[in-house]
Amino acid sequence: MADTVVGATPDPHASGDDPNRRDFIHIAAMAAALGAVGGLAWPMIDQMNPAGDTLALASIEFDLSKVEAGQQVVVKWRGKPLFVRHRTPEQIAAAIKDDNAELRDPQTDEQRHKEGKAEWLILVGTCTHLGCVPTVGGGDYGGWFCPCHGSVYDTSGRIRKGPAPKNLEVPTYAFLSDTKIKVG
Amino acid sequence: MSGHSTYEPKSGFERWLDVRLPILRFANDTVVTFPTPKNLNYWYTFGGILALMLGIQIVTGIVLAMHYVPHIDMAFNSVQRIKRDVNYGWLIQGMHANGASMFFLAVYVHMFRGLYYGSYKAPREVLWLLGCVIYLLMIITGFFGYVLPWGQMSFHGAVVITNLIGALPIVGPAITTWLWGGFAVDDATLNRFFSLHYLLPFVIAGVVALHIWALHVPGNSNPKGVEVKSDADTVPFHPYYTVKDGFAISVFLLLYASFVFFAPDILGDAVNYVKANPLVTPAHIVPEWYLLPFYAILRAVPDKLLGVLTMGGAIACLFVLPWLDTSKVRSMRYRPAIRLWYFIFFVVCIILGFCGAHAPDDQLIRGVAGMQIGDANINSFVWLSRFATLYYFAYFLVITPLIGLTETPLPVPESISEPILSHPAAMPAGAAASPEMRG
Repeated sequence: MADTVVGATPDPHASGDDPNRRDFIHIAAMAAALGAVGGLAWPMIDQMNPAGDTLALASIEFDLSKVEAGQQVVVKWRGKPLFVRHRTPEQIAAAIKDDNAELRDPQTDEQRHKEGKAEWLILVGTCTHLGCVPTVGGGDYGGWFCPCHGSVYDTSGRIRKGPAPKNLEVPTYAFLSDTKIKVG
Repeated sequence: MSGHSTYEPKSGFERWLDVRLPILRFANDTVVTFPTPKNLNYWYTFGGILALMLGIQIVTGIVLAMHYVPHIDMAFNSVQRIKRDVNYGWLIQGMHANGASMFFLAVYVHMFRGLYYGSYKAPREVLWLLGCVIYLLMIITGFFGYVLPWGQMSFHGAVVITNLIGALPIVGPAITTWLWGGFAVDDATLNRFFSLHYLLPFVIAGVVALHIWALHVPGNSNPKGVEVKSDADTVPFHPYYTVKDGFAISVFLLLYASFVFFAPDILGDAVNYVKANPLVTPAHIVPEWYLLPFYAILRAVPDKLLGVLTMGGAIACLFVLPWLDTSKVRSMRYRPAIRLWYFIFFVVCIILGFCGAHAPDDQLIRGVAGMQIGDANINSFVWLSRFATLYYFAYFLVITPLIGLTETPLPVPESISEPILSHPAAMPAGAAASPEMRG
């Protein structure tokens, strides 16, 4: 009986402070157990990330021909509003005029639309402050006004007043034809 | 075995915590120093395996509930979406569905072990009763869970099982309607089954806590069936049984993983990949394998109400077993008279499972005409399940009480250590040994 107590009998193959066989087995067993738990933990965490079908729906196409000049159409993209604004020449001119004004998030109007498509402004319709949806045409600059905390955007979607830190985000999009865009 | 504690707080923090919430003392006394009979064999590792399986079912179930939609129009598709689109959903759903089967496999081994070694006898009756409650809850939870994928077998299984309750006189139909929340198994039924399927595992966990509490008062039974007499009969739970349980769990997980990764659908029914259709019943309705024996008992009786009562009685027998067994000897190691009956009982349970999987009128031996006896051919599964059902009940109600009264058991060892210590090679000469004395 006495010779079966754990650790009572020194491993004859051990020398000095070197780890003996039993230490090796302990470390190997614990490492295998931790590896197994870690390997199972990842699927349990990753399952909360967007699923395959959610990602498959992540890009949309939109026909611009139905948006009149001066109008804004709001469509849902990735669960959020997407602003499609058909700007008038006056609104474009107002935006370009302010390119050199003091801006919190400096960008020229040129950088915020596709080349040669200045009339089309495509923006993610959530305020860069805390995510509310700004109302079109509000505020001092004729762009957008956020009703939640009073952020004001100009006709280029740039932040001009209020607590929001950034300009309205321009999503990744491309013109498939003169009247059709693909967003995402 | 319980009541005394050998825990000694080592650090200042442990001493501080120990007089406020002795949780470390509790953990130490429960899974570290707990004195455990030193002769437990691998049949005794299934308690630990079951605790792990309950944990796996709860964790994977909580994850699945994040993606599942309990609505008759969307439930089926949401389960398919989990399998195809949700990240690792195929793994998590496979673990949960096969986990149920592995859970039942382990509980059946656990129960047959308890039957063989007489683990239900005094002073462990409450321990056994709590185990029976857990088993009953597992059956109900498993049934609710099987309905959720809303396939053909899910739906028509739910129809059949809920209709069983309708067999009760007077109140039956009212209870069935109440269960359904309508005139048939429908959206309301699916929603409440989902709610209860989420709730019951936590109830099971609570009863498991009581089960372990009731285990730790008298301590473990053991293959010899004699109580622990001295410290020489026990070893601390850690490292002896943490390692032994750990090894058994590893082997069990290999079997589990081989189902999850290589044959995730083999234990299920292909018909359940067809979306539920209340207008068409599949040709052959069967429950999951772990409930087949009870299904066979149900169908063995030609009367609706009596069939339901017989099936309920089959489970009720387990509850009253501690008072049906008249033998003072716990372990069947020392009860040769009942051992053969026990193994026949085991085989009969397997046979009942086969009967449950076949249509009642299927021929037992293909191509043999047999003869008509009563309402069915003698060469059919229905007659086989009748004989098997008869034996099932006879084992509990006749064989167990009678053999306990008439048998002559083998000499029971004095203590757990005694046979080893009295062996001439292990003991100094002259040590007293009296194997004929009862423990």
